[in-house]
Amino acid sequence: MSVGVVMLVHTALKRAEQVIRHWSAAGCPVVIHVDKNVDRTVYDEFVNSVADLPDVLFSKRHRCEWGTWGIVAASQSASSLMLEKFPAVRHVYLASGSCLPLRPIKDLQEYLGKRPRTDFIESATTADVPWTQGGLDFERFTLRFPFSWRKHRFLFDRYVEFQRRFKMYRRVPDGIVPHMGSQWWCLTRQTLSAILEDPDRGVYDAYFKRVWIPDESYFQTLVRLYSQNIESRSLTLSKFDYQGKPHIFYDDHLQLLRRSDCFVARKIWPDADRLYENFLNEENPLKGAEPNPGKIDRIFAKAVERRTRGRAGLFMQSRLPRAGHENGFTSAPYSVFEGFADLFEDFEPWLARMTGTRVHGRLYSKAGVEFEGRQKTFSGAMSSNAKLRDHHAQSFLINLIWNTRGERQCFQFGPADSQFVSWDMAKDPNAQISVISGAWAIPLFQSNRNFSEIRAEAAELQRIESEHLEALRSPWAKARIRIWTLADFIETPMEALQTVLDEMGAKNLRRVTEAPKMADLNGFGQFLQNLKNQGMHPYLMGDFPTESSPVNDRPSRRKPYLVR
Amino acid sequence: MLRVDHWLSHYRKLGVAHFLIVDNDSDDGTTEFLAQQPDVSVWCTSDSYKASRFGVDWLTCLQIKFGAGRWCLTVDADELLVYPDSTTRDLNALTSHLDVTGRDSFGALMLDMYPKGPLGQVKFEEGQDPIQVLPWFDAGNYRARIHPVFGNLWIQGGVRDRVFFSSQPERSPTLNKTPLVKWRRRYAYVTSTHQLLPRRLNDVFDFGQGDRVSGVLLHTKFLPNIAEKSIEELARGQHFENSNLYQPYYNALIDDPDLWTKASTKYQGTDQLEAMGLMSRGAWS
Repeated sequence: MSVGVVMLVHTALKRAEQVIRHWSAAGCPVVIHVDKNVDRTVYDEFVNSVADLPDVLFSKRHRCEWGTWGIVAASQSASSLMLEKFPAVRHVYLASGSCLPLRPIKDLQEYLGKRPRTDFIESATTADVPWTQGGLDFERFTLRFPFSWRKHRFLFDRYVEFQRRFKMYRRVPDGIVPHMGSQWWCLTRQTLSAILEDPDRGVYDAYFKRVWIPDESYFQTLVRLYSQNIESRSLTLSKFDYQGKPHIFYDDHLQLLRRSDCFVARKIWPDADRLYENFLNEENPLKGAEPNPGKIDRIFAKAVERRTRGRAGLFMQSRLPRAGHENGFTSAPYSVFEGFADLFEDFEPWLARMTGTRVHGRLYSKAGVEFEGRQKTFSGAMSSNAKLRDHHAQSFLINLIWNTRGERQCFQFGPADSQFVSWDMAKDPNAQISVISGAWAIPLFQSNRNFSEIRAEAAELQRIESEHLEALRSPWAKARIRIWTLADFIETPMEALQTVLDEMGAKNLRRVTEAPKMADLNGFGQFLQNLKNQGMHPYLMGDFPTESSPVNDRPSRRKPYLVR
Repeated sequence: MLRVDHWLSHYRKLGVAHFLIVDNDSDDGTTEFLAQQPDVSVWCTSDSYKASRFGVDWLTCLQIKFGAGRWCLTVDADELLVYPDSTTRDLNALTSHLDVTGRDSFGALMLDMYPKGPLGQVKFEEGQDPIQVLPWFDAGNYRARIHPVFGNLWIQGGVRDRVFFSSQPERSPTLNKTPLVKWRRRYAYVTSTHQLLPRRLNDVFDFGQGDRVSGVLLHTKFLPNIAEKSIEELARGQHFENSNLYQPYYNALIDDPDLWTKASTKYQGTDQLEAMGLMSRGAWS
């Protein structure tokens, strides 16, 4: 009879009864406090339902509303009754009706038996922990809160403002330092009785009655006066979400709870049949280890983060972040190549070979999406239809990167493509954009079209590309951007390619030994000169030497007849 | 009738307390079948579906009368709701989470399910789980924006978009829905369950960084009888504002198309949908 349980109950009485039977069967006396808000008939029925159990008592009822004194008063009455009626009890465990013992009670009894003088109560000073929600940390000890936060939020807020404005602070009673922590504790008889029988209890009670959420600070503060050995943690596993509301455990948490090695968990969903069945009936589901809530902590911390930060690069039914609040426009790094496929004839297969990444063609080509291998549909059933893509061009990119998480995507882009995502890519830190500016002139140079058409198109492409480069060079651009002019690039192509591939961080990258095949640029300089001569000045490709002037161009023969 | 049996059992498992069903002149014994169920109330009408704003007026009327103050789930007979861990957590758990977090509506994406091979070739028996024969879906071709008038999320995409609406994507079906609402008398659905009034109820998604709990409505439209149904629809002209705009769509369906591609995804359960980002659990872990 070393452990006694004080249980605060207000709903799901059937489940509470089940748990009371479990505690009682292990030889723990239970003192129950039922919220005064519970109907008299329901209460009587509940009392009757556990009437057959020995050592189960009901304490004086108080009205318990969240954040008010009632909960402390309930704990006090029930604890006093426990200490008075069960002199053999050494530790008193405060639990709620939705708490579920995860380990055999015998484990807990042994554990506490080995630590007869230890008080398990989370207790920290407000200055040192950022737990509190809603901006009231130390002020909860120095202001008055006559209005309910839940029912009269407006009055609550106004009255807090009013007190701040006129500096109407209360004085904390001498000798105590406000501490806070989880309201679920396990205290020794010595400590608990010292708190309850303190000659100054009247002073403390009067003070804490006006404190906000006193159930998180009353015992947590007073325990510091008397305890010889505080272990500042709760033996009850409970998690809170980002709003400070308790997380609820459901059937699907079974394995997680099993591995936690914690003694008691809350809150349990009343309909979680599997949890109740497993933990109340199993012989010894957990080994006699120290409580180890680490894994649960991580999972719930992840949930809180997901709730507040979302999944990067995912736009869906649950989230449509406005621009700039995305926590990442896309979900993973990707590479955009501009002009490379124009300059090198076999750039796509070469790049795929060298880096082992997924290399697409021009995804934003106006004729249709050029997925790798020119598939009609790609990962996630994305369609190659250009109209569907352009109906929401950002979504297309976001989806592509999201659908292929875990595999780096590369694609070609250029001024001949739809430019809807030009700015989005420039602003996306996940984008690696490498540009050979002016390379769009090469396909024109190779084409068999009338020169006037070529001239018009060159002018248009140059205009588009320079607008795109403006985005890339703007102060808002967050992508990793490298821009070469065509002339610069072809001076040291291997070096430039090596830089780009190095930045991609491909794992098994060796030195680039094999070069992609460069297009034949003989006569390209002259082609540019011809454009200039027609009044269209191509400047994005850099300073391209005209190989030779056409006037004194002689048929370039070898020199077979040259005599040495 | 084909779906009703399984549909009822799906929602019973989710803890639905009572079904209120409007039967628009069915002639295959559905009415009689429903009348026998202990937890179903049926209203029969032979009025025009179109004239009642595609059934919305009927439902609104029922909701005002019986739904006020309760959580109401409004779904079509070919929609099966799933949400994170819906196999272990019933709707009571979900609505209690929404209550605690101060939300009174819940959003879900409509996910069109389809078979592998031509639609008409599939064998489906009455009472069977339609997902068994329609296990495929499009996982990642959705696009979302904000509706300019109602402020709701406006999601388009999916298989119908990919196959039937690629030449006019702006007409492609709306896929976001708000099927679960803690109803009050002055609420009303606007078109189907896509949009609600007052506008605040459409706020089921996070506009900042975070994310909220959401679900998926598995849409089992493409059962083998779709071709017959399409012929019927064309004749009745009861669907959508501009029925003739949808003629090519119905004609394409009558031609028994194959919607499957090798980029399609096979349904494996709620965890999969969550991992793929089609739904999310928000803070509800």
